Amino acid sequence: MDFNIDNLWVLQVGGQEVWITRTILNTWIIMAFLIVAAIVINVLLRNPSSTPKGLQNAMEMIVEVFDGMLKTAIDPGIMYVGNWYFSVFAFILVSNFSGVLGFRPPTADWATTFALAMATLILIQVVGIRHRKGEYIKEFFSPNFVFFPLNLIGELARPISLSFRLFGNILGGMILMTLVYSLAPIFVRIFFPVFLHAIFDIFFGALQTYIFCVISLTFVGAAAGVVSGNAE
Amino acid sequence: MQDPLAFIIAVSHIASAIALLNGFLVAIGQARIASAAIESMARQPEASDSIRGAMFISLGMAETGGIYGLLISFVMLFANPLVQIYLQNR
Repeated sequence: MDFNIDNLWVLQVGGQEVWITRTILNTWIIMAFLIVAAIVINVLLRNPSSTPKGLQNAMEMIVEVFDGMLKTAIDPGIMYVGNWYFSVFAFILVSNFSGVLGFRPPTADWATTFALAMATLILIQVVGIRHRKGEYIKEFFSPNFVFFPLNLIGELARPISLSFRLFGNILGGMILMTLVYSLAPIFVRIFFPVFLHAIFDIFFGALQTYIFCVISLTFVGAAAGVVSGNAE
Repeated sequence: MQDPLAFIIAVSHIASAIALLNGFLVAIGQARIASAAIESMARQPEASDSIRGAMFISLGMAETGGIYGLLISFVMLFANPLVQIYLQNR
């Protein structure tokens, strides 16, 4: 029974210790999987046909569903953030599903989810300043300049709540699965965990991925405001 | 007190159980969100797509409170800071 993130190697980089943990190893495995899948799909779909079928049909369906999700959350003028969020969506989905194969999901480490949520925070500021400029900065001092610390704390609480939501769900599922595997009698361990994997890894994993992306997109969309007028 | 370490561990376990009690209120809140969403879907079936999206966002928001309690309970059980403070000052 081991819930900790074990340390695999320690590298010495310029006098600093760099720990290669299981999270980093699994992240690199998932990244390799995603990159190989992207290259394979790109090669297979080199000549797209106008009547999609098979793999092309599936890919177009995924992109269409994701575009529909984007259109409900953000303004058409800032659709360019969709590229980043599709990568985030694919990465979180694959890492949540990797628990089925016995990996420790990288999203069950707060460092991963906090990094993703910090990226969202930076994106909120960049998009807000790019599309609304002074008006966005003025919002920090509304309704009065005395409220600036309060607004700042409210802004900084966003990545924390975003990251803890994903982290807590995946960690809770992982700890429950580990408890079942290590404490349950041997005949329970053979067939019963399939249902738990279906609930905690597949269902909650997909739902939390969706919620992470939709809430991030809502924040980004709210920061940008209405920009359809000067869309490219 | 015979063994302070045993006392600290026992209190931490009780605290982790209390921290999980906030799931009670979170469940009530999520049930209210879901029932309101289903009601409005039944009233306006053509708007059910946008209602479903809003429902998932609000469910996720409401769930955060429960997750905080879960994390505090995990910290109390598996990474207890009080035990480490006691072991350092012994």
